[in-house]
Amino acid sequence: MIEVHDVEKRFIVRAKTGRLRRERREVMAVDGISFEIESGAMVGYVGPNGAGKSTTVKMLTGILVPSAGRLRVAGLDPSRQRIELARRIGVVFGQRSQLWWDLPLADSFDLLRHIYRVPAQRPRENLERFTATLGLGAFMTTPVRQLSLGQRMRGELTAALLHDPDIVFLDEPTIGLDVVAKSAVREFLTDVNRNRGVTVLLTTHDLADIERLCSRLLIVDHGHLIWDGGLDELKRRYGQERTLVVDLEETVPPLELPGVRVTRVEGPRQWLAFRRDETSAAELTAAVAARAPLLDLAIEETQIEEIVRRIYAAGGAPLAT
Amino acid sequence: MRLHFELARRGYRRYAAYPGATYAGLFTNVFFGFLIAYILLAVYDERDVIGGYDVRDAIAYVWISQGLLSVAAIFGPSWYELARRVQTGDVATDLQRPLDVQRAELAQDVGRACYQLLWRAAPQFLLGALVFEITIPDELARWLLFTISVALAVAVSFGVRLLVNLSAFWLLDYRGPLLLALAVSQLLSGATIPLAFFPGALDTIARLTPFASMLQAPVDVYVGQPLGGSTLAVLALQGGWAVALYAAGGLVLSAGTRKLVLQGG
Amino acid sequence: MADLARIYVHLVGARIRSQLEYRLSAAFQLAGTALLTALDFAAIAAIFANVDQLGDWSIREVALLYALATISFALTDLVVGHLDLLPQMIREGTLDGILVRPLPLLFQLVAADFAIRRVGKALQGVGVLIFALVTVDIDWSVGRVLAIPFAIAAGAVIYAAVWVSLATIAFWIVDAIEVVNAFTYGGSFLSQYPIGIFARWLRGLVVFVVPIAFVAYFPALYLLDKDDALGLPRAFSFVSPLVACLAAIAATAIWQNAVRHYRSAGG
Repeated sequence: MIEVHDVEKRFIVRAKTGRLRRERREVMAVDGISFEIESGAMVGYVGPNGAGKSTTVKMLTGILVPSAGRLRVAGLDPSRQRIELARRIGVVFGQRSQLWWDLPLADSFDLLRHIYRVPAQRPRENLERFTATLGLGAFMTTPVRQLSLGQRMRGELTAALLHDPDIVFLDEPTIGLDVVAKSAVREFLTDVNRNRGVTVLLTTHDLADIERLCSRLLIVDHGHLIWDGGLDELKRRYGQERTLVVDLEETVPPLELPGVRVTRVEGPRQWLAFRRDETSAAELTAAVAARAPLLDLAIEETQIEEIVRRIYAAGGAPLAT
Repeated sequence: MRLHFELARRGYRRYAAYPGATYAGLFTNVFFGFLIAYILLAVYDERDVIGGYDVRDAIAYVWISQGLLSVAAIFGPSWYELARRVQTGDVATDLQRPLDVQRAELAQDVGRACYQLLWRAAPQFLLGALVFEITIPDELARWLLFTISVALAVAVSFGVRLLVNLSAFWLLDYRGPLLLALAVSQLLSGATIPLAFFPGALDTIARLTPFASMLQAPVDVYVGQPLGGSTLAVLALQGGWAVALYAAGGLVLSAGTRKLVLQGG
Repeated sequence: MADLARIYVHLVGARIRSQLEYRLSAAFQLAGTALLTALDFAAIAAIFANVDQLGDWSIREVALLYALATISFALTDLVVGHLDLLPQMIREGTLDGILVRPLPLLFQLVAADFAIRRVGKALQGVGVLIFALVTVDIDWSVGRVLAIPFAIAAGAVIYAAVWVSLATIAFWIVDAIEVVNAFTYGGSFLSQYPIGIFARWLRGLVVFVVPIAFVAYFPALYLLDKDDALGLPRAFSFVSPLVACLAAIAATAIWQNAVRHYRSAGG
């Protein structure tokens, strides 16, 4: 469904050096990336900021033309067959809205139906189903600009799927959402992927998204693909460490527990790093509670930046699938 | 006093930060200057003197008015920037500062005017003077009075703009009245055509409005055709409007502030 | 083609509906625009309060010229005027969301808005046109009657072609977009006056390079049975529709080239 072969993207950046002179620099945003995604898969695409994620997605959706290499999405060349491809894909940008700002949500759906030229029957069915699943009924007639982020995101997802695309590209769909909204979005995506066979490429910073949704994960950094494989495998190799953040009732010296490293202390709050394969969060919580009364706790996963750093530290060869 | 100088500098720097926009504006001024100059040359082919202006006066008018368009802000974002801050509620932070908002705005406006005088008005006026034959006063006194008149024009313009902006305290959508205000200002300031071209009574009435003091008055002083024959009278009129509008602005601002406070902004 | 027309109607209809929701504001803006454009003509009127002719054109003849130019400009402004938001859209990345839709980019940008207040300008132009047609001595023929709608339509297309071409500057240069305004509004201002009064280089520019002389000036020559003051052939008076087609073709090429550049250089 998606084929990326040795794709490169070069940008020319002009920077001012001094009052009048300008320097021309070439930046390789994407430097030889290759991967394939088969139909019906849900794949996560992650990487630090500036790694080349958005650039790749822009090339896959026809917004940008690659400097070199070959791209095929649904058998089409995105840069040359943009409009044809646009009919078969849906795109959701987490940071930007594609809905009509001043109009009620329902009007946006109606306009999209015309733009995508789908006969009324199918989108209506879709709309009914999505309205039910995502609970859109409550705010269908509200102007988009008055919607909360969570409501708007649900609207954007619906908009992207109304025309039965084969593939959906999601760029940070859960950013800024509260827990309830995130959960609703994730459930929706799972349903769409499993029951309708829509291929999903999910770009995100949120590893929890990946964990819940994707079995396969592509990690990109500095324009290179540094991981292409299963999430479990990745965790096993590099993501073993989690951090339990505990708010104790009173300030105590750093707790000493077996297999636990205290990475930070701020008053009554301590950051306890532990290895996933050695202890569970539950066990650790119990151990802490036994030592000092707990007010509150939170769990931090290994950040993607940390994993990336570790992959590089370990020699950085991408895992071939 | 020092603070206000700093504010003026800030106003200056805001515009200095976008040289591209300045060049573009300069280009626009020059382009329109040429167009209007040619039109007026064609007009003066038919007649030698109109409303006391001869052809060299008229071309001088073209290049000075193009300059004053930016310096005295006959158009531009300064007509609605404050209004927008009122609408979004950002103005509350301004009002909380230990500053007289009106004086602060004036200081920044002066900075802006200085920048545009140096980098837009002066260059395109020089260009116009070189390409066309225009009136050039040879008495130093007239240049001095002209300079004072320009300064007063900026002050009057500030007063008008402030009042228009302050309407946002009471109007939900200020865009309609804004368009009207801009239309009226454009006509009565003499920006479209010299007020001297208006027939008799209309000319006199127009020149008495504050708008005329924003653009037409300095031009009149420059070419030596002040209303009623007295340059000092014109300057006094400008000064009068500047003071009156400033006072009115202060009152309206207090009223608006009170309204904001009462409504919990 | 019919498909696109239908989609256009739907998209623009939505915009119009949302504007009409704020009836009072819309009315105010319409009035304001009509007044603002009335001032344009007030300038001409004031000139003619003092002289009888401009070049060898009387005020009524200039009024005809002004009317044709204004109506064409207003129509163009109504349909593509909002392209001046392109620089902002590029800055904010809004174009990406538009490029993933199955419609040509320019079409979507054009269908994105339809500012009712701009009708104010068209109305004012029609008013002046009526005044001119009633007071000017025209040797009416079938050709001349047809010339008016043709001239207006062709004029609108020529203006639109110029605007779209100028708008593409946004794809190449980030700052200094107001230069474009100088050309679009300056061009419209210029075409309200008989081009004979302008210097030679300017005349050459608006006849042979950016053909806005064909919007109102040449059609007016035909209607008034006048000769161009500088001896350009009579035939020029008839070719506005042809010029419009050529201009549209040129503008399309310029636009597509610019979009290609944008998609390569980094959306």
